Amino acid sequence: MNAEVRPVIPLARSSVGALAAMKGVFSRDMKVAFRQRQDLLNPLLFFIMVVTLFPLGVSPEASFLREAGAGILWVAALLSVLLSLDHLFRHDFDDGTLEQLVLQPQPLFLLILAKTMAHWMLTGLPLVILTPVLGVMVHLDGNSIAVLCLTLLIGTPVLSLIGAIGAALTLGLRSAGVLLSLLIIPLYIPVLIFGTGTVAAAAEGASVGAYLALMGAFLMLALTLAPFAAAAALRISLSNG
Amino acid sequence: MWQFFHKLGSPKWFFGISTRFMPWLLMSGIVLLMAGVVWGLAFAPKDYLQGNSYRIIFIHVPTAFMAQSVYIMMASAALVTLVWRMKLADVFVKAVTPVGLVLTFLALFTGAVWGKPTWGTWWIWDARLTSMLILLFLYGGVIALDRAINDEKSAARAVAVLVLVGVVNIPIIKYSVEWWNTLHQPATFKLTEKPSMPAEMWVPLLLSVLGLYLIFGWLACVRMQTEILSREQRTRWVKEFVLKGKV
Repeated sequence: MNAEVRPVIPLARSSVGALAAMKGVFSRDMKVAFRQRQDLLNPLLFFIMVVTLFPLGVSPEASFLREAGAGILWVAALLSVLLSLDHLFRHDFDDGTLEQLVLQPQPLFLLILAKTMAHWMLTGLPLVILTPVLGVMVHLDGNSIAVLCLTLLIGTPVLSLIGAIGAALTLGLRSAGVLLSLLIIPLYIPVLIFGTGTVAAAAEGASVGAYLALMGAFLMLALTLAPFAAAAALRISLSNG
Repeated sequence: MWQFFHKLGSPKWFFGISTRFMPWLLMSGIVLLMAGVVWGLAFAPKDYLQGNSYRIIFIHVPTAFMAQSVYIMMASAALVTLVWRMKLADVFVKAVTPVGLVLTFLALFTGAVWGKPTWGTWWIWDARLTSMLILLFLYGGVIALDRAINDEKSAARAVAVLVLVGVVNIPIIKYSVEWWNTLHQPATFKLTEKPSMPAEMWVPLLLSVLGLYLIFGWLACVRMQTEILSREQRTRWVKEFVLKGKV
């Protein structure tokens, strides 16, 4: 990659407030991503392809797909977030931006939160937007699709936040990709269970309030704690090299 | 008090003191475990519903209990590693992770063996079973991360972060049988209530849990000593120990 293309973060002075710093990191990550459009598209294409595999590999019957559709979409979304996590810190690590980020006077966990939010805007949100189309393709009814989108909207930020911990821990390791999946998938399972559980409850006509509240609790827990863990992990990984 | 705390961080001191009480741990552990298991398997009364098949409880509950307990101990040690950078805490985490993995596997295995006659299936995707399976994955992940990082100190601290993050799973396992309506029966022992089984059943169970605890303590010491010897191989006391056979 050409070094000049990557914008610099305007944070060199400590007089920059924490919020302004977060904004700087966020908008820089967005800028970098939009200059590498293919990287943005890849997780989405992956998402669509994984969903395509199920009707072809298991059964194209509408009855099966209606039953399994929400689960398939959730698993596919989970896998494509997992796939995109490697990008979260890798490029910044390779060109040294990450070390500069760690050296900033602003709290590191806030900067990581900003990075993770950018990551979600670039991967999680497009997945949610794409979900209705794929939902129709797996014969989900309108109500299920709406609930599914809502669970993904609450759930994918949790995936990004937990994933940031794993990405920070495996940074700079040789077999980082596989290791990242091994570490993170166990932590993703509860989110997956409640995400698909919500849609199943909605399909049976039950109330989904309790499920959504629990998912919201997951999101709050991840928002408040994951950036700290990721910041600690990042410092360890950087001192490693 | 503080001197004790500082000593606790010294591998050499630990090596010396643990050598002294390890035989006691092992002996009392074997006695308790044998008493509990023999009493439970051979002499405890039959269950009115499950007959003799319930007797695997005397192996299943101790291993499942220890599997979670080991993780909690690891998490406490991980916190110590991150906050105080105590060497022994790293050694403990590294030494007991494989033990926890094996205990979790045994709990799942004995659970499957028990499930076949009582539930009619080896495995169901029940909350308790699934969360124990996640615990197995967590142990596996901890070992994988530890192996992947070459530098000992960073490995220990990275593992500590991962272990602490994984702690969220422990309350999920613990309360899964109460939060969800599952096939798995509620916990056998609670601190606040009397067990719902007769004393001839729960006393041997308690004995085998305690016995396994002591044997785990012994095993942890053995593994920690091995780890200490390999980490401190350049120091003078290890060389002297290897030559003379005592610290």
